[in-house]
Amino acid sequence: MTVTVLLFASYADALGSSALQLDLPPGSTVRELVNRVRALGGAERLPPSPMVAVNERYATSERILGAGDEVALIPPVAGG
Amino acid sequence: MLVSRPIDPSALLERVARTANGATVLFVGTVRELNEGRAVTGIEYAAYRSMAERELTAIVAEAVALFQTDDIAVEHRIGELTLGDCSVAVAAAHPRRAQAFDAARHVVEELKKRVPIWKLEHYADGTREWVNAGSGLAVGAATEGDRP
Repeated sequence: MTVTVLLFASYADALGSSALQLDLPPGSTVRELVNRVRALGGAERLPPSPMVAVNERYATSERILGAGDEVALIPPVAGG
Repeated sequence: MLVSRPIDPSALLERVARTANGATVLFVGTVRELNEGRAVTGIEYAAYRSMAERELTAIVAEAVALFQTDDIAVEHRIGELTLGDCSVAVAAAHPRRAQAFDAARHVVEELKKRVPIWKLEHYADGTREWVNAGSGLAVGAATEGDRP
């Protein structure tokens, strides 16, 4: 199944991209997705368990993903 | 609630003005010239816009329920800002001042914790850095549940 990964701010800079498509086995979790992303070039700056949102809602690392999900890796926020 | 144009705080005051209210609190956040001892010349704000709008909407709804007023308005600016520019404004009005203060504070504090907005500070020495990027584990990393 294919999911879209969104990257922002320092994470986008680290990976040199703001969006990726990843092909994952059905039933994959957020944790597995993060591990795939962390294996990409430049991703050593990502923490092992970054904050994640699935379809615009914060999610845990155990969350099971579905085809077409939009998964955002959220760097520490700094609004205000 | 996310805007790319300058924020007019007085417009937020107008949006919460009702004769039932005896107290209105306005919070205005502006770009500061010094952060952690470094001279700042400007800030670029970036956001995950759709989620930021959703989170801001949820935060306002919480404040409406907690402090029993419908009269809350918030705007956060995205893009390039210079010193003194308004980056965020919150107006909260209530018949009584305690709830107006509390509602405004709730929105600001929760915004800073949860809304996916980031700032790239520009420094006088020409360098740029994402604020908090070096803080390692995100707040939500060890948190189970929907909210960091």
